[in-house]
Amino acid sequence: MTEASLAEESFLTDDLLRQLINVGEVDILVGVPTHNDAKTIGPIVETIQAGILGFFPRARAAIINVDGGSRDGTRELIVGAGIDDAKSTSKVRTLRTLHSISTQYATTPARGTALRTILAAAELLRAKACAVVSPESTQITTEWLTSLLRPAYIEDFDLVLPTYRRHRFDGILLSNLLYPMTRALYGLRIREPYALDFAFSGRLGSQFLAENVWHDEAAQAGSETQFTLTAIAGGYRICQSFLGSKDQIERRSVDLVPAMRQTVGALFASLEPKVSLWSTTNGSLPISTTGPEQEFTLEPLRVNRKRLRDMFLTGVTELESVFQSILSPSTLAELQRIARLEETGFCYSAELWVKTVYEFAAAYHKSVISRDHIIQAMAPLFRGRAFTFLTENRTASAANVEDDIEALCLEFERMKPYLREIWNGRE
Amino acid sequence: MWEMIVSELTQAMQELARGFAHLLPRIIVVVIMAFVGWVVAYLLKVFLRSILRLIKFDTLSENAGASQLLTKAALPSATDLLCRFVFWVAWLGFILLGVRVLGIAGLEEQIAKFFLFLPRLFVALLILFLGLLGATFLSRAVLLAAVNANFPSPRLLSVSIRSIVIIFVLSMAFEEVGVAEETMLVAFGIAFGATMLGLAIAFGTGGKDLARQFLEKRLVRGTSKDEGKEDDLSPL
Repeated sequence: MTEASLAEESFLTDDLLRQLINVGEVDILVGVPTHNDAKTIGPIVETIQAGILGFFPRARAAIINVDGGSRDGTRELIVGAGIDDAKSTSKVRTLRTLHSISTQYATTPARGTALRTILAAAELLRAKACAVVSPESTQITTEWLTSLLRPAYIEDFDLVLPTYRRHRFDGILLSNLLYPMTRALYGLRIREPYALDFAFSGRLGSQFLAENVWHDEAAQAGSETQFTLTAIAGGYRICQSFLGSKDQIERRSVDLVPAMRQTVGALFASLEPKVSLWSTTNGSLPISTTGPEQEFTLEPLRVNRKRLRDMFLTGVTELESVFQSILSPSTLAELQRIARLEETGFCYSAELWVKTVYEFAAAYHKSVISRDHIIQAMAPLFRGRAFTFLTENRTASAANVEDDIEALCLEFERMKPYLREIWNGRE
Repeated sequence: MWEMIVSELTQAMQELARGFAHLLPRIIVVVIMAFVGWVVAYLLKVFLRSILRLIKFDTLSENAGASQLLTKAALPSATDLLCRFVFWVAWLGFILLGVRVLGIAGLEEQIAKFFLFLPRLFVALLILFLGLLGATFLSRAVLLAAVNANFPSPRLLSVSIRSIVIIFVLSMAFEEVGVAEETMLVAFGIAFGATMLGLAIAFGTGGKDLARQFLEKRLVRGTSKDEGKEDDLSPL
């Protein structure tokens, strides 16, 4: 009877519902969204199992794999991953059964649907805390589990976001746009607003699940960013946990435009419903962080900076008609001016970058052209900013890189009144 | 004799007076219809203008690229143009309805034709507007994709797409109003065929090295290894 009514109300498959009913209730749930990750998923699942057995032996726990139609045997690897090896290596004897569930939510991957499935499963299993682990996190250690889950399970935090040890040039979109803009808008210094490894409380999961974002294509694409922003807007308790190294090799395949859709698109889309919140927030505050906020590695890296600048120049020249609809004449003229500079003298200053970003956000709000086109048009300009960031920090120390990012954050905060000004009016 | 002339003149005058008496109310009806028509057309214009302003029709037209075309042709804004069009069509409709009352032979048929033509004209204008909207959207999408993929000559690609769509839309619009139907179809066929043939020849001869590079990159693994290594920066 319960099963029948659940099947009627839920978007979950009958098979998944049956598996969830067999599990009953859990304290901890770990979700692993996958799509053709057979190469990496085996060790990751084993580490998750060892982490749960090692750090939460008394908790009722389950691992759920949500798959977007893998054809390389990913699901079979997860289902077949026994916990006997993990038990033998773990020094603590487990007192509970560790369940493993796997489901295929679609034949093509969709991040939003994957997250939604994990949230629904967490709600049905009445999980007190739930962690999501990316199948690309090949450097995961058992400590990641405790770093992510402990604050949500024991310390009553609602959202636990990661911080990593990264190469100083890795994650430029995060350091030059997502982190500073989220910080300036919502007043919280969250280093990774777009997180693929994170944990949350049952109440936050239920709140986000109930939000009407699942039928909006743009929101689905940036569901992880939306999740963080929902927690901020809802006043939930948020903290950060340092996880360790996040090798950039794991995210190499991410192209700029899809990455911008998932993150910048979601951030811009959040401005409209949360206007009363961000327009009244001033300054920013640090949030509770376990471990360092950010660590940079400095090993040499071959970067094709010339290509970045060339693509910026092409963008400014070819997209002039598009920029005329989005940017103010003064900003466009300034961009055209720096595009004419020699490579050695080229500088996309922090002030101009912030002005550009805010004008794009306002144009997105006003839908001056298709919103997806606005995000796409921003990509060449971001390349110009990335060129300047790379050039300025070519020989910089970790502290200097951090100072540079901090200065950009303060510029975003300083120029926030400009965003308020152009939000309703048109320059 | 004199009496006969007077009688004929009187009769003619009476017939003229009868004819005038017969026509005068009809002329009054035409004038009234024209006046009522003007009032209705004016109200329609005001109503339409408020609706178009409410739905930001000018912005839509700007996005469609129609506003730029209108500016180049020294025409008023899209909202203004559409309002004027509706005003004149409505007023002319009322005047023609009034003229119909006059009972002038042959005129009724022409008026009927005019009213039958109106829906087709409206559909043609709609096709043209939506076509321009589609052409602008598609050309912009191609331009952005080409710029972000670092394709050579992105603007040429974008303009080509826009031109093909506009030619296609124009031929559809002309076919709808029935103006030079066959000429337009043949012209479209020739233009489209010539463009495709030109592109095929251009790609076949001028782009053979590019095609080889592309195929090598796609099919022969390892060729572009060193080139890709420089772009390992992850944005996230």
